[in-house]
Amino acid sequence: MSSVAQKRSFGAAFWDWMTTVDHKKIGILYLIGGGFFFVLGGIEAMIIRLQLLKPNNDLVSAGLFNDLITMHGTTMIFLAAMPILFGFMNYIMPLQIGARDVAFPFINSLGFWMFFFGGLFLNISWLVGQVPDAGWTSYASLSLASTGHGIDFYAIGLQIAGGGTLMAGINFLVTIINMRAPGMTYMRMPLFTWTTFVASAMILFAFPPLTVGLFFLTFDRMFNGNFFDHTMGGNTIIWEHIFWIFGHPEVYILILPAFGIFSEIFTIFSRKRLFGYPAMVFATVLIGFLGFMVWAHHMFTVGLGPTANAIFAVATMAIAVPTGVKIFNWLLTIWGGSITVTTPMLYALGFIPSFVMGGVTGVMQGAAPLDYQLHDSYFIVAHFHYVIVGGVVLAILGGLHLYWPKMFGTMLNETLGKITFIFFFVGFHCTFLIQHWLGFWGMPRRVWTYMDGQGWNTANMISSIGALLMAIGVIVLVINIIMTVAKNQRVGNDPWHDGRTLEWAIPSPPPFYNFTTTPLVRGLDSVWIEKSEGNMTGLTPAEPVSDIHMPNGSIIPFLMTFGMFVAGFGAMYHQETSWGLPVLIFGLAWTFVAMSARSLQDDLGFHVTKEEIQRDIDNARKGGQF
Amino acid sequence: MDLNKKFTPETWPEHPERATLEAKNKFVGFWLFLGGETILFATLFATYMALKNKGPSGFEFSTQELYELPLVFVMTLLLLTSSLTSVYAMYHMKNFNFKKMQLWLGITALLGLGFLSLELYEFSHYVKEGFTFSNSAFSSSFFTLVGTHGFHVAIGLVWVTLLLFRNAKRGLNLYNATKYYTFSLYWHFIDVVWVFIFTVVYLMGVIG
Repeated sequence: MSSVAQKRSFGAAFWDWMTTVDHKKIGILYLIGGGFFFVLGGIEAMIIRLQLLKPNNDLVSAGLFNDLITMHGTTMIFLAAMPILFGFMNYIMPLQIGARDVAFPFINSLGFWMFFFGGLFLNISWLVGQVPDAGWTSYASLSLASTGHGIDFYAIGLQIAGGGTLMAGINFLVTIINMRAPGMTYMRMPLFTWTTFVASAMILFAFPPLTVGLFFLTFDRMFNGNFFDHTMGGNTIIWEHIFWIFGHPEVYILILPAFGIFSEIFTIFSRKRLFGYPAMVFATVLIGFLGFMVWAHHMFTVGLGPTANAIFAVATMAIAVPTGVKIFNWLLTIWGGSITVTTPMLYALGFIPSFVMGGVTGVMQGAAPLDYQLHDSYFIVAHFHYVIVGGVVLAILGGLHLYWPKMFGTMLNETLGKITFIFFFVGFHCTFLIQHWLGFWGMPRRVWTYMDGQGWNTANMISSIGALLMAIGVIVLVINIIMTVAKNQRVGNDPWHDGRTLEWAIPSPPPFYNFTTTPLVRGLDSVWIEKSEGNMTGLTPAEPVSDIHMPNGSIIPFLMTFGMFVAGFGAMYHQETSWGLPVLIFGLAWTFVAMSARSLQDDLGFHVTKEEIQRDIDNARKGGQF
Repeated sequence: MDLNKKFTPETWPEHPERATLEAKNKFVGFWLFLGGETILFATLFATYMALKNKGPSGFEFSTQELYELPLVFVMTLLLLTSSLTSVYAMYHMKNFNFKKMQLWLGITALLGLGFLSLELYEFSHYVKEGFTFSNSAFSSSFFTLVGTHGFHVAIGLVWVTLLLFRNAKRGLNLYNATKYYTFSLYWHFIDVVWVFIFTVVYLMGVIG
């Protein structure tokens, strides 16, 4: 960071973040945006658990409870878990393959703003007082009957956010296909890059059905369509199929990057090469394929018939095989390793038993006859929280501690980190383990309250106390972050001392062009190889220092997305107001004009000269960074 | 990348559409995008097939009575021919013949416009007969499937028009070669989707 950059005004810094196309800054924006929605979804969860603390509770009304569970699920999946993972993908993946940016920096920025405005649109429903209330799955038979504009917020908000996700997916795919450093063959890519690759491919094929499904819902609710209305010949089951053709791959889109993060953590803190790397890659790809072939296991009780149920049951259980391969490979990576139990490693160690429990209950539900018993009970709630919290959220928290020094150049406090882990981990099991039994004892999911004397009181009490513990854990994390930022103790390139992949060989945080010279990769765990051969910089340059071509920032992504945001309100209110239709047209025209402006102007980027890079290298040498 | 670098047919690379890293990125990215579009249309097709001929009680429209093959046949001819002319345009692009490429892209756009006009006529004809978007599940799914395709054609027309006017005086370079090429990819894709619409919607609707 040059001295000029440090002196600039707040306005200039703000403008810089609004217009940035740097994958690292966009990654941080994703983390902040996702973190904000994570807290929002967490507060919703806390209110849900408070309402269910005791029988016949009336903390919230039944209607508000429906709003809360719908927004909790939708927010956590679309606006918290995915964006936070996108933050890691954006920041880390290009560094891991030795690239200077993603393939489409402009589209990367557009993807972020679409996520952000989509999330904003969805949550404005709280301010309007008409909130989505048909569950995060928004089954058409419920959502068409919902009054007010709640479901419209859902359909349009997710449409905007989903478009951003699709763009990000294509962007990551092209980046990995085209922009790997010399020598970085596919079978030398770090596992986090591999899982990003497979998750992006899944996004590419899973999100178009969601787009179409949401359009159908929008048409049915706002433009007199009849896709799901059976009195007009429509079919409500079509929504269920389309939603789950998207929705099931979606859970693998979430869990695969989480697997990637854990693979990085296990190798770094066991000081060992990942056990069975080719098998891990193969298992990742196989999960990607199978993830598309199991959607109807969410619909066993719909009545598709025994043949369909049997096929989907078998396919579902088959996914346990590649997942099991992964679990054993992680265990064998730790085995015989020189283990340091840091905060990220704690999360990784906690993940294995937690996720296995979620996986086993998943196979139980895969057995169609048993699923008839478990369907719509608290057992299901317990199961998916075990895979999402026990897998994805633990990965997010572990990854945050692991990559924080790389992103911000400071180290999160380890003691506080471990306290966070203990509260969160104990709280998590306390909340959700007992819910399996609540399901067995007959408590249906999505109920607002329950009667006394059904034997559910103690279990619900335990569950709510667990939620409180998780919240305390998150609060400790926030305190940790604030303290770390305030202390601002700088760390070097490789603060964990055992970094194996390219991102640990460059400064923390990296310069905006990432690598002064494109690195030459000579094998899996490139930096580890270089260091074990005595090259303590961890990098072998593939080229002499030369000019670097970088893209220009742009405000157009923000403007384009703003047009969509405005158009969304127009679409929503066009039936009852006269201003709706003009606003809809204006918003779309605005987006189109902004897009054309981008297309018609030649924006070829700029060059960082050889001299500037050499100066940065010399400065870094003086500071002992290299 | 230098926009002012002048090429001759001899120095023009064999694959100008993917001669630079940026171009290669756009080339691969666009192929992937078309992969996603395929799934989008597949979902629309599946929905159409599920809702074909379905309507409220007393529903009077059916594919047999509604569709008129001669009109659709002419539309098909126009669009298939426009795909061929875009191949000619790309042939000339690869041979560094800017004028001929412009000419063939212009013809492509005109054929596309002809197709779109006939489609709009077809839609307005249906609406006049009472087969409106909100008339039934069948009509909703029909207009959404065929209309999404028509919307793609319209986008393609705006795209190629802007492209031709923006670069009218600039000749070919490695920056805009990719733009022409991705447009032609898009246009072929639209064409392929139409082949499926012609078969699944119209032929199977009238004959099947």
